[in-house]
Amino acid sequence: MPATTSTYKFFAPVLGAEVGMRIAVLSGKGGTGKTFVSVNLAYALGKAVYADCDVEEPNGRLFLKPKVCRTEEVCTMIPVNNAEKCTGCRRCADFCKFNALAYIRNKLLVFPELCHACKGCILICPEKALKEGKKPVGKIEYGMKKDIEVITGMMNTGEATGVPVIRRLLAELPSDRDVIIDCPPGSACTVMESIKDADFCVLVAEPTRFGLHNLDMVYKLVKLFNKPHALIVNKDMGDKLIVEEYCAQNKIKVLVSIPYDTELALANSKGFIAAEKYPCFRELFNMILDSIEKEVHYEAAGNFKR
Amino acid sequence: MKIAVPAEGKTMESNVCQSFGRTYYFVIADTQASEFEVIDNEAVSSGGGAGIKAAQAIADSGADVVVTFHCGQNAADVLKAASIKIFKAVPGTIGEMVQKYKAGELKELLEIHAGYHKHV
Repeated sequence: MPATTSTYKFFAPVLGAEVGMRIAVLSGKGGTGKTFVSVNLAYALGKAVYADCDVEEPNGRLFLKPKVCRTEEVCTMIPVNNAEKCTGCRRCADFCKFNALAYIRNKLLVFPELCHACKGCILICPEKALKEGKKPVGKIEYGMKKDIEVITGMMNTGEATGVPVIRRLLAELPSDRDVIIDCPPGSACTVMESIKDADFCVLVAEPTRFGLHNLDMVYKLVKLFNKPHALIVNKDMGDKLIVEEYCAQNKIKVLVSIPYDTELALANSKGFIAAEKYPCFRELFNMILDSIEKEVHYEAAGNFKR
Repeated sequence: MKIAVPAEGKTMESNVCQSFGRTYYFVIADTQASEFEVIDNEAVSSGGGAGIKAAQAIADSGADVVVTFHCGQNAADVLKAASIKIFKAVPGTIGEMVQKYKAGELKELLEIHAGYHKHV
């Protein structure tokens, strides 16, 4: 056995085990099939958690149609100034790298949408005039569909970033069940936050030039995060070679290539879950789950491809 | 009275800069003393909130009026709190803006844009 330094050396998560496995589904652009893959993987697992981190457009619940049990508000910290204690030294405003504070005519102005909740201003205030206040930025909805716990992050319209909602959602996830994390599109902060604690990343890509470019972005991201990963090609219309060449070059495992299918597209548009409606898709996603588990164990055994 | 104008250079002959928060310089012209001072806009390299920082610097300079092509909502909020009026610039030099302001030829800037905030 070769000596390794991987964090996966001693711990290989197993699907259906007491300590659940976290599978993140991501793609470089919207409309590739992240939600399609995520919802169906969750359905194939049966007893699982489906976590929708695509907080700007959480669509998984349109398919899973969960019975909603509760909703929680997500707030971020914003500084609140006590004008009686404030001496106008402006250290807080000078300190703020995000320019969220201005001091005009003996009054501190706070711009909540620029505040990154670092609390630096509160720490630096010599008069302790600033204290922590709250600003709502979104909510998290908890529901059930059969044995699938459906957790949906929803960002308030107009907020600059979904990171606080995603961070809270992931912090509340149960650890004793398998979790499918439906990521936001792209490869920005919100995606990094979503895959941070994932055991495995499923990349979804369309076999087009545009799709390839987007695949390249998320592939570089999962490499950077040193995450075990594999690819699902979706909406293949006979051009999968375009992606397969890239995968061969970079030694990316292709789990499956799902052909474009008008009937499937129609079923999707009506909000059906493919694995529920069609036995063949149930089988397909069971097979994908098996492959993911094999990949995780293959990597855990010290076979590094990354 | 003092008039602040975002400027492409450091003289009265410099052109007005198209940007408010991201201008390199502000020329602060004193209409009574016919003198002017130049402040470097430290906000030019800010990740975000450049308008707020620039407006703070203008408020600190003691300006009474800003003449600019554009102004974002946040910067406008800061200027308003400082009771600084915002007038719409026309293409030309800083010197011309001061003359036109004194002649009453400039209009108040009414269209305040929502800002070009980077989403992170």
